[in-house]
Amino acid sequence: MSAPDFETRLRQALTPVDPPGDLEERLEMTLGEIVELAADELEAWELTAFKDPRNWVRMARPAAAVVIGTGAAVGLVVLRTQRKRHRRRAQARGALDLVDRTLRDFGREALRVFDDVR
Amino acid sequence: MAAPDRTGEDSAEPEPGQKARLDDDFTQLYKAHLRDVYSYAYYRVGNHHDAEDLTEQTFLQAYRHFERAQRESRGRPLRPWLIRIAHNLAANYYRDRSRRPQTPIDDAGALSTLHTTESLVEDRDDLARILAGVQELPDDRREALIMRFALGMDNREIARALGRTDGATKVLIHRAIRQLEEVVAAKQGPTE
Repeated sequence: MSAPDFETRLRQALTPVDPPGDLEERLEMTLGEIVELAADELEAWELTAFKDPRNWVRMARPAAAVVIGTGAAVGLVVLRTQRKRHRRRAQARGALDLVDRTLRDFGREALRVFDDVR
Repeated sequence: MAAPDRTGEDSAEPEPGQKARLDDDFTQLYKAHLRDVYSYAYYRVGNHHDAEDLTEQTFLQAYRHFERAQRESRGRPLRPWLIRIAHNLAANYYRDRSRRPQTPIDDAGALSTLHTTESLVEDRDDLARILAGVQELPDDRREALIMRFALGMDNREIARALGRTDGATKVLIHRAIRQLEEVVAAKQGPTE
């Protein structure tokens, strides 16, 4: 048998085999079930994790970061506002004016800190 | 069907729209290549029951890593990747159960559908000898022939599936055909 003939025979011998009719359907169903199980598992895991006190610290980290960051920013604004208190007192034309100038300084410092953070 | 479940290596959670697209892509992939994977599995394990099992495992494995495979393929066909998964699973199948095909494949498509009349008995015997010869080849040569002739893969695709260079794959296929010719000729020898 010549080489091309042999390859033709080989192709005939190794003809593609059709899968059983229900395999595709079964496969699709299995994959769908896996996804559902994964979703249920994830949901259950999240609930369990939330109830477990050992995870509270980890879960509280973002909230703690926000609280600490906000506290630090407010502290910085107060500190900077305080630094100008002598000048405000010297310029103020009474108690109400002093309060007004303090509030305006506080607002300006808050905006500066906000810009720095951004 | 929902989008593939991502493993730790695919950490980024896709958007809902992206999930739906992945889902559609995977559906297309397995519809397009179910027959290829099944044919490969069938010729590797030699029976329909284990071929179904291997095919199912292949697509489940592919499903888990589909997003990453699609990203890294950069538009190249994913058939070699699928066949490589089947190839690795088949290797585990033999290793875990310490077995190889016990009997020659005797009910493959060609033998059962095309060669049923008496006048074609000789043809049928000829094809049976070729199939039996394929089973006697070393694993890498047998796999290369299955990919080339049962799945119609080209050298580049086979090279990717086997993790070899194009040149090495071309040589592998050439030697596999030559060896198979010798095996078949030896089987024919005493009667012709």
